[in-house]
Amino acid sequence: WDETHFGKMGSYYINRTFFFDVHPPLGKMLIGLAGYLSGYDGTFPFQKPGDRYEQHNYVGMRGFCAFLGSCLVPFAYLTVLELSKSLPAALLTAFILIFDTGCITLSQYILLDPILMFFLMGAVLSMVKCNSCADRPFSASWWFWLSLTGVNLAGAMGVKFVGLFVVLLVGLNTIYDLWDLLGNLSLSLVVFGKHLLARVLCLILLPLALYTAMFAVHFTVLNKSGPGDGFFSSAFQSQLIGNNLYNVSVPEHLAYGSVVTMKNLRMAGGYLHSHWHLYPEGIGARQQQVTAYLHKDLNNLWIIKKHDSDTADLSDPSSPVEFVRHRDIIRLEHKETSRNLHSHQHEAPLTRKHFQVTGYGINGTGDSNDFWRIEVVGRKAGKLIKVLRSQVRLTHVATGCILGSSGKTLPKWGWEQVEVTCTPYLKETPNSLWNFEDHINPKLPNISLDVLKPSFAEILLESHMVMIRGNSGLKPKDNEVTSKPWHWPINYQGLRFSGVNETDYRVYLLGNPVIWWLNLVSIGLYLLMAVSTAVTLKRGVQLTSELKELSRVVLRGGGQITLGWLLHYLPFFMMGRVLYFHHYFPAMLFSSMLTGITWDTLLKFCAGFLSPSITAGKVYGGGFLALVLLIMYSFYLFHPLSYGMIGPMASDPSSPMAGLRWMDSWEF
Amino acid sequence: MLGFLKNPVVITAEINMNLMALIVMGLISRLWGLSYPRAVVFDEVYYGQFVSLYMKRIFFVDDSGPPFGHMLLALGGYLGGFDGNFLWNRIGAEYSMNVPVWSLRLLPALAGALCVPLAYQILVELQFSHCAALGAALLILLENSLITQSRFMLLESILIFFILLAVLSYLKFYNLQRHSSFSGSWWFWLLLTGVACSCAVGVKYMGLFTYMLLLAVAGLHFWHMIGDQNLSNVSLMCHFLARGLALIIIPVAMYLSFFYVHLTLLYRSGPHDQIMTSAFQASLEGGLARITQGQPLEVAYGSQITLRNVLGKPVQCWLHSHKNTYPIRYENGRGSSHQQQVTCYPFKDVNNWWIVKDPGMQQLVVSNPPRPVRHGHVVQLVHGITTRYLNTHDVAAPLSPHSQEVSCYIDYNISMPAQNLWRVEIVNRESDTDVWKTILSEVRFVHVNTSAVLKASGFIGASLPEWGYRQLEVVGEKLSKGYHQSMVWNVEEHRYGKSQEQKEREVELHSPTQMDISKNLSFMAKFTELQWKILTLKNEDTEHKYSSSALDWITMDTNVAYWLHPTSGAQIHLLGNVVTWTSANVAALVYMCLSLWYLIRRRRKIYDIPEDAWQLWVSAGGICVGGWAVNYLPFFLMEKTLFLYHYLPALTFQILLVPIVLQHLGDHLCRSLLLKSMFSALIVAWFSSVYLVYCTFSPVTYGEPSLSVTELKDLRWKDSWNILIRKQ
Repeated sequence: WDETHFGKMGSYYINRTFFFDVHPPLGKMLIGLAGYLSGYDGTFPFQKPGDRYEQHNYVGMRGFCAFLGSCLVPFAYLTVLELSKSLPAALLTAFILIFDTGCITLSQYILLDPILMFFLMGAVLSMVKCNSCADRPFSASWWFWLSLTGVNLAGAMGVKFVGLFVVLLVGLNTIYDLWDLLGNLSLSLVVFGKHLLARVLCLILLPLALYTAMFAVHFTVLNKSGPGDGFFSSAFQSQLIGNNLYNVSVPEHLAYGSVVTMKNLRMAGGYLHSHWHLYPEGIGARQQQVTAYLHKDLNNLWIIKKHDSDTADLSDPSSPVEFVRHRDIIRLEHKETSRNLHSHQHEAPLTRKHFQVTGYGINGTGDSNDFWRIEVVGRKAGKLIKVLRSQVRLTHVATGCILGSSGKTLPKWGWEQVEVTCTPYLKETPNSLWNFEDHINPKLPNISLDVLKPSFAEILLESHMVMIRGNSGLKPKDNEVTSKPWHWPINYQGLRFSGVNETDYRVYLLGNPVIWWLNLVSIGLYLLMAVSTAVTLKRGVQLTSELKELSRVVLRGGGQITLGWLLHYLPFFMMGRVLYFHHYFPAMLFSSMLTGITWDTLLKFCAGFLSPSITAGKVYGGGFLALVLLIMYSFYLFHPLSYGMIGPMASDPSSPMAGLRWMDSWEF
Repeated sequence: MLGFLKNPVVITAEINMNLMALIVMGLISRLWGLSYPRAVVFDEVYYGQFVSLYMKRIFFVDDSGPPFGHMLLALGGYLGGFDGNFLWNRIGAEYSMNVPVWSLRLLPALAGALCVPLAYQILVELQFSHCAALGAALLILLENSLITQSRFMLLESILIFFILLAVLSYLKFYNLQRHSSFSGSWWFWLLLTGVACSCAVGVKYMGLFTYMLLLAVAGLHFWHMIGDQNLSNVSLMCHFLARGLALIIIPVAMYLSFFYVHLTLLYRSGPHDQIMTSAFQASLEGGLARITQGQPLEVAYGSQITLRNVLGKPVQCWLHSHKNTYPIRYENGRGSSHQQQVTCYPFKDVNNWWIVKDPGMQQLVVSNPPRPVRHGHVVQLVHGITTRYLNTHDVAAPLSPHSQEVSCYIDYNISMPAQNLWRVEIVNRESDTDVWKTILSEVRFVHVNTSAVLKASGFIGASLPEWGYRQLEVVGEKLSKGYHQSMVWNVEEHRYGKSQEQKEREVELHSPTQMDISKNLSFMAKFTELQWKILTLKNEDTEHKYSSSALDWITMDTNVAYWLHPTSGAQIHLLGNVVTWTSANVAALVYMCLSLWYLIRRRRKIYDIPEDAWQLWVSAGGICVGGWAVNYLPFFLMEKTLFLYHYLPALTFQILLVPIVLQHLGDHLCRSLLLKSMFSALIVAWFSSVYLVYCTFSPVTYGEPSLSVTELKDLRWKDSWNILIRKQ
């Protein structure tokens, strides 16, 4: 399954080829490192799920992920122990995480999630530890835990942007903490300032430095051209060994007759592209398609011509070179098909309010709809146009619209390339700006491109923009059945990891339903408990010291965990991108911790209610034993999900799993 | 008894002249020359068509919001005697004589005018001085953007009116709370809060933001009451229930009632019918109802039916087949079965008729008594005109190669056997023995041999090439994961087949259906469907010349041209009063900085201002800054096309904050007399500049008088403003 994805990226690190992914690089770097250390040579192609590894040494990478995944259990155990000061609660949480089939499956393979969850839990644990050191500030252990929190935050952010939520959690906790300190009048402002500084240092500056360092390593390691080049700007590409822009030199100023490629300036914008295919009937005029294409291709080449005459061909050495100037009217001829870039008042295929852009004419002869005015942003008339550096706008002379790329992907007939339109709205956006990238003109002297070298900050900024763009570009397609956030807590639908057919070895990512539904019930119970406790306290009811301690655990400890759960779950409802079941797992960790705390307090409360009689202890112990046994039994039932199963599908009554298909939506 | 005989009857009337004056000024500023221009202005073109449809009682769906606002606009048309006959197609088109422009625009203008006294009252209820209250009202009065927006048939001014009303009534209620709980006026204001909230939500979904804010404030206030030891548990419970009733149950009921009125008013079928399910369409007069009226309800073996795909996107279509076959080879070289095509056809046609056949029997007529088809039964579907069986097999479909081809089976005497058994699965069944009902049942057809599901591929560009007459593709979906509407069908037209002979049957298929059973949906079913459609129906992402992003609004970097005189340079723009916008921004900034400062100082037990002033400051800010934030910030998360007018509710709250901050500064920070008088002088100067700017921009607010080119150029204070200048 996604191993093909992340395993491949691990190989890229080992081979040092540049690639692009929507997540920050730390997780893949660690995978690559683990592979490197365990002797994997980066040659396995990772082409499609189900391919055999053969002689390749993959155990190191899997083992690394599994190790991080198993660290979650002690982390959760310690966190709950610290928050509730109750061993049974911590044990219950640990049992839940050990016996959850989903967690096991997710941490067995080469994926980012175990790494993410490792850092996330690490951050939560060190935050909680740091809080409990609050009575002896500036001690060694206090500093240790505080800076560890910062390190883990950087780690979480560096694996996936989901790490942002745990940063928020820690941030809110820190603000609460500082607010408390500020109200403490026995502390002088100087001491408070020290507290503030320490937190800024450890929780903001340290993670930022680490995060930046991570990217620095990323860009230093990956210095060879690879499949990710096209996503980045021309300036960036000139830094990659093997890229056709690396150390090249091109003529500086654009001239008539030159062969060029044009790149859209929106982040991850493509090259202006055309090919021998027509727009299908019913979609504008039936002329040749013009699209934006992310990859390098011969079909990206265009020839610049004057609008009124065919420029003397390049082979004739005697004809003088004439440069293109700002506000000239030009024609762009597609080199492979000899058709002119053309636009007219037909609606564009996807963006209905824009005009369609086509390739038109035969052998370079077209009509007046092929004329474009070339304008450089922020330049006066008559100036020359620089390759790579000038930002250029192409205005269609006849209709006054501007050539742009809408960023929408065309359907199958357009080979899923990006739509190019002519927009009648004259707003200045990167969508409608282009630059010239390749420039071939044998008659002109070449200059080196080293002047373009971007600074590290620019690279960092650009790569983030590209990642964000990539993330929001992962939209579900029409008719695709996707996972919805409300499916997750109820364990509505799993994710097939490997194997489809009856004879395959199948692994299915699905939480242990008993545990997940228990978690769900616990959240409800917790809310009920928290509200009643808060109201009781607010009404000023006198409580025994024991109950007071319990209510503190419920409100403070439970509150922190609930906040974590909310922060890791609710934002998904607002996300437009494609969502998968495994996105819920960070929230699930919090929910499991909450379950531990909730049942512990609930049983303690019940026991306290019966306190004088002998049954009290029995109720408490019995309750716990029942829960643990229930969890273990359900694990026994569902363990084939994560360790793999062979045989008929569960929908077949003869399968051993037939009785376990409790919901119609499960497909194992 | 008879006390009035002893003492004379005295009526003491108290008239707040401030308030009266404000109302009058508000009315003048909003109503003056209301029917000018006598042409369609901006979004009137959009709302106008709904008003016309209301007048004609034709059903429509508007995905931009709930129907209450449209109904209010239609009420104006109704009172003015509008007959709905006007073609709303172009901004700037002249109104014909039958359009009562004045009364159509009256309600929004009245709502806009009443916002002025409401602003006054809100500040008074927040316990600020009459002077501050007057200031707030005047700022609202002189705000050009609010004037423009309320002078036309648009919804924002109505929305703002209800929002302010809700805030005011909550404040009134809260102030009464201290001394006279459960009194008559206490109940009145509490209930009015709920009603105004539901009206605001009913006009536009944006109203939800303010509703949520008020719920949060009410929750907070109630939380403080819980801490009050003097209140008994019982009285707390009563308070809680009263609030729950007024702020949750009544709004929900009101919201439902809007839809009830909407659906009662609109009972004729119209252009948006096809978005709805067949069942809904059949409940409207005309349209589908005319056809389906009197159809038998239960589908039986031998029934003749047409099957409509439930998805209805990109167009509604019916399962169709015709004599032509799939080409032996497609353009890209793949082979087909060369059997008869099955498609989804967007028009009514005799080839859409299918006959339900029992696989065990030969007859194609309904037996007496009819044997109904139930969930889980296996049937064959026979195409009425060609008498071929609906079939699917393991051949790649023409456009979606990963799915199975669906065809009508022709026996070519080759190795490929007929696979024409389909299991009927009723998706919305109540029990497993449900009967397949016309229109109401949503059905999946699962192929018995391959478990593929019959599906119309509903993606854009799913129409077949030339050989398939551009009809839509139908496939057997192998990975039938989950529920998707494209895999669900319902019977639309239906009759019991009577003729055994093919010739007779063809005649029968061509004849219209007869018989009688009425199928009316309950209100709740209609409501859920309509609400769901409103929420999920997405207009294609459109770009507009005047669309803007939320960030442009604070600084008013954008404007919207509403109307341009066909010959002269007179024009109307949505443009705010620059001074007001700037000072509102400054006020918000000052408020936030000062609050943070006070808060930190208070935490260190340093009290700069007296406790009651602090309480005032917090509650006023909670409403105004809170109102601004909830009405503004969510737009950063929205992906729809945004315009400057979306900012107006937030702006209103921000304007209310200006006098609050000013009074606070005057009272607490200007300690010496000299400072105070200087401060007052500054305020006067600032106020006159507000008035000046209002006067300067009033030609583009009211559209009169017409300005010359140089005057227009002078008005272009920001480069990003798009003032229309006619070329000479």
